Amino acid sequence: MAFIKETTTLIRKEFLMEWRSKYALNGILIYVFATVFICYLSFKKIDPITWNALFWIILLFTSINAIAKSFMQENRSRYLYYYTIVNPAALILSKIIYNLILMSIIAFVCLVFYTIVFNNPIQDLTYYLLAVAMGGLSFASMFTMVSAIASKANNNSTLMAILSFPVIVPLLMLLIKFSKNAMDGIDRASSNNEIGVLLLINIIVFAVSLLLFPYIWRD
Amino acid sequence: MNIKSNWWKITGVILVLFSLYQGLMGRVPVLPILHETIRNIYYHVPMWFAMVVLFVFNAIYSIKYLSSGNEHHDNVAVEAANVGLFLGVLGLITGMLWAKFTWGEAWSNDPKQNSAAIGMLVYLAYFVLRGSLDEAQKRAKISAVYSVFAFPVMIVLLFILPRLTDSLHPGNGGNPGFNKYDMDNQMRMVFYPAVIGWILIGVWVMQLRVRLLEITNQILEN
Repeated sequence: MAFIKETTTLIRKEFLMEWRSKYALNGILIYVFATVFICYLSFKKIDPITWNALFWIILLFTSINAIAKSFMQENRSRYLYYYTIVNPAALILSKIIYNLILMSIIAFVCLVFYTIVFNNPIQDLTYYLLAVAMGGLSFASMFTMVSAIASKANNNSTLMAILSFPVIVPLLMLLIKFSKNAMDGIDRASSNNEIGVLLLINIIVFAVSLLLFPYIWRD
Repeated sequence: MNIKSNWWKITGVILVLFSLYQGLMGRVPVLPILHETIRNIYYHVPMWFAMVVLFVFNAIYSIKYLSSGNEHHDNVAVEAANVGLFLGVLGLITGMLWAKFTWGEAWSNDPKQNSAAIGMLVYLAYFVLRGSLDEAQKRAKISAVYSVFAFPVMIVLLFILPRLTDSLHPGNGGNPGFNKYDMDNQMRMVFYPAVIGWILIGVWVMQLRVRLLEITNQILEN
């Protein structure tokens, strides 16, 4: 019970801090608008396969930028305070859940803006939204831990990209396949394999993050 | 030389020499498209087996380091990644040569080829991460965390993803290859020893490199 209470308190703290500055969310939303618009200006018209791939590439870079910040704002002295009062697993879990909510909002806004600017070839909207939600989940769970690792290595943003690309590729390949099936309106059962493997990887990443974070949060 | 503790090194050398000889001189079945390139199976496939074993060593010793903080475990982990990466490069090169003859192109957009290349990237990133940290203990701890974190992803990449899509590799698509129908018993008698031999040689090289690293560190300290 104490663990759940700690986690919810930490999540509330994340939202409160975000609400006070509105820095991350606004910055990322502008990033999304700018990127989608640049893509629109350079592509004008695109066929559905490129449409889908481009959407995920935009979302990938946006989420790396959004989540890379999640440990940068935590300075040394605040960490010292955390050591004394919270469980490390609660800390990483709260960050993952916060990033998950943030990513879902961003992914949804990105999709809406993207479909307004470009055309909308999606045939099975429910499943496409499910794919986008799972994308948000995958990016959040994967990048939160990677950003924790990168933040220990001098907060280098190049390092964040180097460390996260190889580990996100399998998820991205599954997501692109899953969302392409939804976009083409293919029989829903044909995406079962992808959904299963995505859920499996996310469970593993969650478990491994909770187990490993206690080792890196102290210098 | 102590036979009791070194028997596996001798076995490894004998098995690899046996498979090298058999690979050049042994009898192979005549198959369309593959022809004599089928011999490459004794060289190409064992590289991947040995690479995976060494990456497993890397993950195990990373976990050991995290629980013990013993510097030796970190040394084993980093050298396992080094040797595994080297074997992976050899596997890619032998695979590309083979693909050139049988599939027509060195890089044929095959899911296993792509996955293997990305799997290599994970360990290249591991070395970049190590390079970016100066303090030895911090470097060992953080890179161990990254390698344990990335290991399950690499397993998914190499063993699950290629099975979800069509692949040119045997056992995944409808192409002629070395599934259980066309690798005959005589080839199996060479193939399995080759796999075991290369795994043993890989572990031996890793062990030698660990010793070299530890001696170098000792000299640098004095």
